[in-house]
Amino acid sequence: MVMITYVEPNGGRQEIDVPEGWSLMQGAMSNGVDGMEAECGGSCACATCHCYIDEAALARIPPAADNEAAMLENVVAERRPNSRLACQVKATAALEGILVELPAAQS
Amino acid sequence: MGAPIVIVGAGQSGLQVAESLRSEGWEGGILLLGEEAVPPYHRPPLSKAYLAGKAEEAQLFIRSPEALAKKRIDFRPGSRVAALDIARQTLTLADGSQLDYEGLALATGARNRALPLPGAELDGVFGLRTLDDTRRIAEALAATEAVVVIGGGFIGLEFAAVAAAQGKRVTVLEAAERLMARAVPPALSDFYLALHRAHGVRVELGVSVAAVLGEQGRAHGVRCADGREFEAGLVVAGIGVLPNDELAAAAGIACDRGILVDACSRTSAPNVVASGDCTVTRLEDGSLRRLESVQAAVEQGKSAAAALLGRERPFSARPWFWSDQYEVKLQMAGLAAGADRSVLRGSQEAHAFSLFHYRGEQLLAVDSLNQPQVHMLARRMLDAGRSPTPAQAADSGFELNTVLATPAPAMSS
Ligand SMILES: Cc1cc2nc3c(=O)[nH]c(=O)nc-3n(C[C@H](O)[C@H](O)[C@H](O)COP(=O)(O)OP(=O)(O)OC[C@H]3O[C@@H](n4cnc5c(N)ncnc54)[C@H](O)[C@@H]3O)c2cc1C
Ligand code: FES
Repeated sequence: MVMITYVEPNGGRQEIDVPEGWSLMQGAMSNGVDGMEAECGGSCACATCHCYIDEAALARIPPAADNEAAMLENVVAERRPNSRLACQVKATAALEGILVELPAAQS
Repeated sequence: MGAPIVIVGAGQSGLQVAESLRSEGWEGGILLLGEEAVPPYHRPPLSKAYLAGKAEEAQLFIRSPEALAKKRIDFRPGSRVAALDIARQTLTLADGSQLDYEGLALATGARNRALPLPGAELDGVFGLRTLDDTRRIAEALAATEAVVVIGGGFIGLEFAAVAAAQGKRVTVLEAAERLMARAVPPALSDFYLALHRAHGVRVELGVSVAAVLGEQGRAHGVRCADGREFEAGLVVAGIGVLPNDELAAAAGIACDRGILVDACSRTSAPNVVASGDCTVTRLEDGSLRRLESVQAAVEQGKSAAAALLGRERPFSARPWFWSDQYEVKLQMAGLAAGADRSVLRGSQEAHAFSLFHYRGEQLLAVDSLNQPQVHMLARRMLDAGRSPTPAQAADSGFELNTVLATPAPAMSS
């Protein structure tokens, strides 16, 4: 399990144990974290699982592939340097304890 | 305590109604009744990543039962609603018990159209709609080398792609003269025909299947009306779905191949809304629109919850849809019906292109293959009523996002 702290749009925090190998999207959705829609279920087709990853952790995870980067170009909420699609980021030991922030709008 | 709002059907849409009711401030009871034995799950991966073994079953569930309980959503799996009484605001479950409701949401989805053929009842013949279907298909797929897919629509072709990638001998039999004819323009049908053939899939167009052949209760092939036979240890039928509208129709709610709703998900009955695959929407011009997509299930679900709380939240966003086959991701924005010309942007050879569909100068829809950025821009352009000219769309040097750029603010910062 990898402990992830999700920060919901209203500022609420949820500490969640995400099984290793699950995506950050699945960890949030399964536990009912607010601020994520994940319409396509992780197919990298909808861009409604936009999140902001702990700056400090960014360097420890593989960068966005081309298709994810292209989807991020047009997310509804502000695009930041630490924007990622949560369905494309897998929970690994390297992410233990990080903060993942959800934007105010997904669609 | 007053009666709860009851939601019939715990799929993507029923779940959305439940969650939106909570987030919109409904403090009363919410009862989510689902016929299936499992919590709400994502159906699209059933013919894609999950079937391909790229995701485990637990990853399909949208919310855990605990997460639903935390939102005070009373989810009851294995509960089939057998009858509605609109006048008395009660419903009857399959076990005979009765429930009162304050408001009612119907999200009963759709079911596969049955194969109207001799032999359809044999072992080894499947439709692909539920998690249960997929479990059994995956098992049968592992045990056979030859597969026949009846119907060249999205689900049949996604399944064919997964089976071909596993090295199976795959035959797709389609009655129409082109693939996915109801949903995509001819140029895309041709592209996908070539794509599947390049992966070794045998695709036969314009064929009518006469029977599933079998021995001792097990399917071993299919026979076409022209006498040709194809061997198969597994037959998957993807010949479309039928909306589950019988419950509503029997209760006197207006239906027309689906439960009739307006853009706000309201039915003909007071305090009864409907959303998702079980519905057909009457548009402002009087025409009927049936969408079978996650987006519609979610958006109509949000509208349905709002309507039960006395608010109007029409589903007005342009439809969008996607399909994964091999390494090609198709993303469609808008509806191309009624288009009189289509413009190509990008390269078909490189498997990276978009088709912009116009009626006159008005952009109606954009189909993108491996062009996620164009797809996302297209959704925004269509929602905003903006459009590149056909010449601009065709010019890959033209920056599409300039179409969306708002006029510069009057004051400098
Ligand atoms: C294999 C597959 C692949 C797909 N791929 C895509 C895709 O790539 N993109 C896309 O946008 N869409 C896709 N779809 C379509 C999408 O999944 C559906 O549009 C969506 O799931 C519809 O949701 P729904 O809640 O309206 O209906 P459903 O998901 O069908 O849910 C309805 C539920 O209601 C239950 N129910 C019915 N009657 C009763 C009753 N009387 N009492 C209690 N419960 C009842 C049913 O058991 C069912 O669980 C796909 C569908 C399938 C099957
Ligand atoms: S869930 Fe759709 S892009 Fe991540």
